[in-house]
Amino acid sequence: MNAPAHNPLAAPSRRGLLATAAGFGLSLQLLAVPAQAADGDLNRRKMIVVICRGGMDGLSVAPPIGDRDYPSLRAGLALSDAALPLDTTFGLHPQLSTVHALAKAGEARIVPAIATPDRARSHFEAQDVLETGAAGVYSTTSGWLNRAVEALSAHRKVDALSVGPTAPLILRGKVQTASWSPGRTVDAEARLPLLLQDLYRNDPLLGPALARGLATETMAKDATAGMSGAPSPSPSRGMAGAGKGGGGQQGRDAARALGSALAGFMREPGGPSVAAISLDGFDSHANQAGLLNTRLAYLDAVLDGVHSGLGPEWRNTVVVVATEFGRTARANGTGGTDHGTASAALILGGGLKAGGIVGDWPTLKSNALYENRDVAPTLDMRGLFKGVLADHMGVDRAALDATVFPGSAAAKPVTGLI
Amino acid sequence: MTLADPNMGAAIAATRFGLGARPGEIALTAGDPQGFLRSQIRREGADPPPGTVATSAQRLNEFREYRRDKREAKVEKAADPRSGEAATMPTRDPVKVVGRMLRQDVAADFSPRFELAATTEAAFRERWALFWANHFTVSASKAITATVVGPFEDEAIRPHVFGRFEDLLAAAETHPAMLTYLDQIQSVGPDSPAAQFLKMGGGRGGGARSEPAKQRTVGLNENLAREILELHTVGVGAGYTQADVTEFARAMTGLSIGGPRDEGYGAAVFRAQAHEPGERTVMGVRYAPGGRRQASAILADLAARPQTARFICGKIARHFVADDPPAALVARLDAAWTSSRGDLARVAEALIAAPEAWDPRPGKFKTPYEFIVSSHRAAATSPMAFERLAPILTGLGQKPFSPPSPKGWPEDASSWAAPDAIVKRMQFAQGFSGAALGDRDPRALAADVLGERLSPETAKAIARAESRPEGFALLLMSPEFQRR
Repeated sequence: MNAPAHNPLAAPSRRGLLATAAGFGLSLQLLAVPAQAADGDLNRRKMIVVICRGGMDGLSVAPPIGDRDYPSLRAGLALSDAALPLDTTFGLHPQLSTVHALAKAGEARIVPAIATPDRARSHFEAQDVLETGAAGVYSTTSGWLNRAVEALSAHRKVDALSVGPTAPLILRGKVQTASWSPGRTVDAEARLPLLLQDLYRNDPLLGPALARGLATETMAKDATAGMSGAPSPSPSRGMAGAGKGGGGQQGRDAARALGSALAGFMREPGGPSVAAISLDGFDSHANQAGLLNTRLAYLDAVLDGVHSGLGPEWRNTVVVVATEFGRTARANGTGGTDHGTASAALILGGGLKAGGIVGDWPTLKSNALYENRDVAPTLDMRGLFKGVLADHMGVDRAALDATVFPGSAAAKPVTGLI
Repeated sequence: MTLADPNMGAAIAATRFGLGARPGEIALTAGDPQGFLRSQIRREGADPPPGTVATSAQRLNEFREYRRDKREAKVEKAADPRSGEAATMPTRDPVKVVGRMLRQDVAADFSPRFELAATTEAAFRERWALFWANHFTVSASKAITATVVGPFEDEAIRPHVFGRFEDLLAAAETHPAMLTYLDQIQSVGPDSPAAQFLKMGGGRGGGARSEPAKQRTVGLNENLAREILELHTVGVGAGYTQADVTEFARAMTGLSIGGPRDEGYGAAVFRAQAHEPGERTVMGVRYAPGGRRQASAILADLAARPQTARFICGKIARHFVADDPPAALVARLDAAWTSSRGDLARVAEALIAAPEAWDPRPGKFKTPYEFIVSSHRAAATSPMAFERLAPILTGLGQKPFSPPSPKGWPEDASSWAAPDAIVKRMQFAQGFSGAALGDRDPRALAADVLGERLSPETAKAIARAESRPEGFALLLMSPEFQRR
């Protein structure tokens, strides 16, 4: 069993510690010894995965404005003139101004035609495959990011955090991870939390969860201290993910505050070095233009908050933005698009190597479309994640091929990103 | 099957099948827990929440009229910049008006539904209805659907939950709320007369309110067809293909909502001009051309497929008994479904009769809604005002009427027992206990509302509490109260 990561800052009362230790079946001695820095540089490395749920339209995130078939396929939905240009073929959605500025500085790249191995065009099946890292649906119940943390924990202390009221599958699994969502903070040393830790000492679900939640609350006080606009759960927020913020400046402010709170956690000494956050609401069957304006502005503001909040730690951080599938190349009859296959992913970070697009562009020629309908995938999603885990986080190749992404040896890590 | 321990049976009936015991409920039913549950099954369906009046047609029409007013205000403003001042007055600010309208409607529908759950004596009946409402999710995540989730449950779900699945399916899929939520109303057959007319330039140009810059595209939207197959009937593993989804979507074209000039303003209507003509093939079955009857025939066939019985019986077992339910339980439900041709009353009876459903070990972790409802039932207090209730449920991850996707709310412990969620449940328990308990004794209350399920450890912790509210908070947060 892995040592459950202990946050030295949480420092609950002695009684709380005893209860926690009893719950984990750990010796106090183990808790008292801080994890050794195995390798100074790797210890600072951070990775954030942003999951955009609902099937985010790659052709709107990174519109191929130089592809001659794009305007006719997309008709009224084409972003040709409005896009923020990247090169002769690609631009970015006009709401992605932070991403664009980072891309211009060599700190963000697009992956224009990426997909998981799943081809069923079902949200739920595709999200499962995206998050479990398995080759097919229903083959495992834990998330690949949890298994990556498990692999890293053999070498150094690595904590992981999910942002949002429900735990995303990507971080579920053997390793106990933290979760946090905006709200009032709790005093971990008040009576009730201590009594409950005692009552939960034989409860394998509630015991570790409460201990972890209280430790995160203690950290949150520092992580969110001094933030200008504290993130608060707005009434328009979506549920499964961290946010489905409404439009307008208020939504962007909340999103930026959420991103900078996440950055605050990751900057804390002993804070998480791996994090996952999910955003809902990208299923654009109708009125796609308006819907994506709101959702991509929210995404951009979260990334802005993460980037500015991390400060000097940005150079040690890689952020990957991914979705379960892309959408049909053609607009549908209702001002939107239906479920498709390949979509665009984004990779951002201060330590990124400069370069053009990641992976190939299959073009939108009718004979290049997947099943004469969708953008064809040129890159396996697992290869992108494996590249970041290998080159940035230091997960070894054998673990990546066998346990983090089971049976994925054929999906080679994308090298040279960092 | 008869229960080995009727006292434990009564505790299970109230907490696992029901929505948590109210004081006295367990003691009252210990004579015959299974009979108590069976007596709640009735042909006329689940109870309507108290005092609800609005219909989905009224709500949809209000919303559409509001949108038309907003468009007209925009046009006026563009034509005469001075009149813009009127539009910025608080009463006419469109964003504020719609925000208030949506909040009021959701509150008006959600509060009685919560009150019903918190007070009903037939809590199994209500849980059964909530299961089906979640199976046929319509979420308030879109502005226009926010005002019709409540009416949808009342009109399409509650009357049919103890009838035949085929009727429930037809009522849910053709209800205006579902047609709106999953984009069916805009779906037009590409070769239908309506599409041909628009292609020829019909309906464009002319009027002052037309939008000349925007190219008007019409065609198929396959969202509802796909989710019916994947989520509502046969399930994702049933072997249908993209071609089946598209064919089904073509068959569904024409299902729409009546406009102001139609008979049935705001109600579901069939527009023959928008229906894709021709024969369809879905999952190997051919359907002759037949307008509205084509989609009905496909729905009826889907309802009767064995994959549908298996998929939904698995979901019922997961909802009521365990995240990973015993195969024998699913088989029993499946047998009852199949032999009764989808009679949901027979399936409910099979669930009550199944020995696997009475395992004393609690296999389910409560969702936030279940936790807050059962806290109210234990305290026997009147429901919190919506303004207080909504932010609590939102903070716990279950915003009123707003499941994150058409799949509905998750049902498994790993979705709801995240560290942050446990801390937030504790915060709720602390606040609620101070206000709700009055001068009652938490030790007696724990024995009353958990019965045989109360563990010695929890009883001891409550007995040692330093105050009544602290004891009640420990009861609500105890491992056995958090589960069912």
